[in-house]
Amino acid sequence: MALEPCGKVGFHRRVTKPEPSDPNWIHSETFLRTLQQRQLRLSLGCAMAFLLVVLGLPLANYFAPEFMAARVGGFTLSWLILGVLFFPFVWCIAWIFIRRSIALEKAEVADVNSRAASKPSSN
Amino acid sequence: MHIDPWILAFSFITVAGTIGMGFWSARRSRSAADFFVAGRSVSVGWNASAISGEYLSAASFMGVAGMVMSSGYDALWYPVCYACGYLFLLLFIAGPLRRFGAYTIPDFAEGRYDSPGFRKIAVVFVLFIGFFYTMPQMKGAGTTLHYIFPGLPYWAGVVLVGAVITLNVALGGMKGITLVQAFQYWAKMFAISLPVFVLMSVYGGYGKQLEVQGQSPPAAIVETNRLALPAKAPADNAWLNPFGPLTTKAAKAAAPRLAQPSSVIAGTNTVADPAAQKAWLGEHERGYALLYTYSLIIALICGTAGLPHILVRFYTNPDGVAAKRTTMWVMILIGIFYVFPPVFGALGRNWMPALYSGIGVNGTDGLVLKLPTVLREKYGTLGSILSGITCAGAFAAFMSTFSGLLVSMTGALAHDVYGRILRPSSTPADRMRMFKYSAVLIGLVSVLLGTMVENFEINFMVGQAFAIAAASYFPLLFMSVWWRGMTVKGAATGMLIGGLSAMGAISLTSWTTFISTQAAKFKLLEKAEPAWFVAIKAYSLTDFWAEHPLLRILGEQPAIWAVPLAIGLMVLVSKLTRTAVPADIRMKMLVLHAPEQLGLKQEYIRDHEAGH
Repeated sequence: MALEPCGKVGFHRRVTKPEPSDPNWIHSETFLRTLQQRQLRLSLGCAMAFLLVVLGLPLANYFAPEFMAARVGGFTLSWLILGVLFFPFVWCIAWIFIRRSIALEKAEVADVNSRAASKPSSN
Repeated sequence: MHIDPWILAFSFITVAGTIGMGFWSARRSRSAADFFVAGRSVSVGWNASAISGEYLSAASFMGVAGMVMSSGYDALWYPVCYACGYLFLLLFIAGPLRRFGAYTIPDFAEGRYDSPGFRKIAVVFVLFIGFFYTMPQMKGAGTTLHYIFPGLPYWAGVVLVGAVITLNVALGGMKGITLVQAFQYWAKMFAISLPVFVLMSVYGGYGKQLEVQGQSPPAAIVETNRLALPAKAPADNAWLNPFGPLTTKAAKAAAPRLAQPSSVIAGTNTVADPAAQKAWLGEHERGYALLYTYSLIIALICGTAGLPHILVRFYTNPDGVAAKRTTMWVMILIGIFYVFPPVFGALGRNWMPALYSGIGVNGTDGLVLKLPTVLREKYGTLGSILSGITCAGAFAAFMSTFSGLLVSMTGALAHDVYGRILRPSSTPADRMRMFKYSAVLIGLVSVLLGTMVENFEINFMVGQAFAIAAASYFPLLFMSVWWRGMTVKGAATGMLIGGLSAMGAISLTSWTTFISTQAAKFKLLEKAEPAWFVAIKAYSLTDFWAEHPLLRILGEQPAIWAVPLAIGLMVLVSKLTRTAVPADIRMKMLVLHAPEQLGLKQEYIRDHEAGH
């Protein structure tokens, strides 16, 4: 099947997922606000951990050059951190984020469904 | 001159394999959706390999190693931030963007603001960023072919590679590319890691290569642990430690003038005395270098999240969760890769220091290709075979990235400019034909631009493409996803002024670099400067930058002011035009943020169709 853009928003594929369980709750201002806030809090938390290190390292180089030039297995400390250890550090942050964000989405879907179950007349 | 048969054979196999796969998958790709987003059915593993394959460009494969060799520690920020920029993409952009569901960034721009006019502005940056990113790939192509065929001029390599890839893209579209890109990631990984392991087993490990820096050994140790450095190479301490040649260049150029400004201005003294220069540098050098470092970090991290040819691939994921998982795998794949090029840089400094004296295609950018040949003396053909492997990797690098860029730029031209703006009534068959014509047109322009950048460092040029992306697309995507108060006027103003001013600032400093490297080339070849060059040399701005080192840094690395400028303008103009916030903004934000299981997208499409 040739999938062509439809409508001016550029959607291309029909999603055959279940209908929203509780339209009133999903479309409420509170739902959107909590949703965005929870996601943003998670993202910002992870970003802070990352930024602390990535922006702190030049500062450490600036204020403590002798310490950062100390030799560790031939490397300078600063080279070892930036050239080798930095990558696993970032993988850890990414892994934690993905686990938590998928769990968050699951919790949100479960929450919406449980509200729908407790108010069957609204559907 | 002598052509090494091993090097030729490996390179030929890579090129033939790439073209063969392109043709093979071209037969399997029929519909328009196949062409643009690979039918949206690419699995996480394939897609992560393909994104990594596309992302690891000539800059990563050749440029990072060359720059670590020429500039030392400061150049390490490039590979680290190239890899870690994906974290920002993952944290703030990947999931929501995928849920919104559109082919390209211009699709997103139009859909988020219901504004076909905004699409036209957004398309412009796909092309700007794309061409800036294409130039270094072309330099990689010219350098590699010059190395394989020593008599071949730089431009001929650019033309040859440009023509082959353009043909491949015009025939295969994106589906072909996904397969080829995924394969090429593994080719590049193999090609960079194997020679490093072999070289380390002969010359000692990563740590040992760094350990010899900064020691003041007797001559015998120099013989066994490293070769003597030529005069042009940076000193050990400047190379090994932060704030070296890359970040202190502006301050060093300014020191002779600013150390004793009054006597220089009065014309009594053209060169300040060394003690005064040293004192001035001691006071200013490290501060300027810190600023340069921060601006570079911002450009690379935000730029990764705003690269149009990478973002388009997130739409080939089946859903938002898959988009996140893909990003995780991309970070692991490219992170492992990026450990290796700096090892090449350190090995190159110790065992092939002659590259410091060359410029253009004979300089440090050729390090990855040439370094394995140091094994020839001891192990004969092993050196040639490994050099053949790195050449094959280099081909994989610039071919895959250039293909990706070409698909993205061609998509923008065929899908957005032609299909949406010029002829909205065109049939899918028309657009497929247009895709092919656009590919040829963009291929031609890329080749033309590529022939002009022989004397620029590959990695440096890519860094500049990142800075433009950081000041245009990153603020657009970040703010559009998270702030519901954005209006189309705010978004357009911020993106245009941020992106264009970053591009302008970069062009001004690159212009000066172009003139000075060109002058150095004439001097090296002992040729008289031609009349056209003497005429433009008067406008080189060299003196201006020497008097204003701070402005030079802010021009060369504009992200530190251009990203806040773009975001600031977006907020300000959106507040001023707050009545123009799209009417169904809550629904749009829901589609961006609500889990897909809730089925909101389907509802949104239905509402929109009912309304039109």
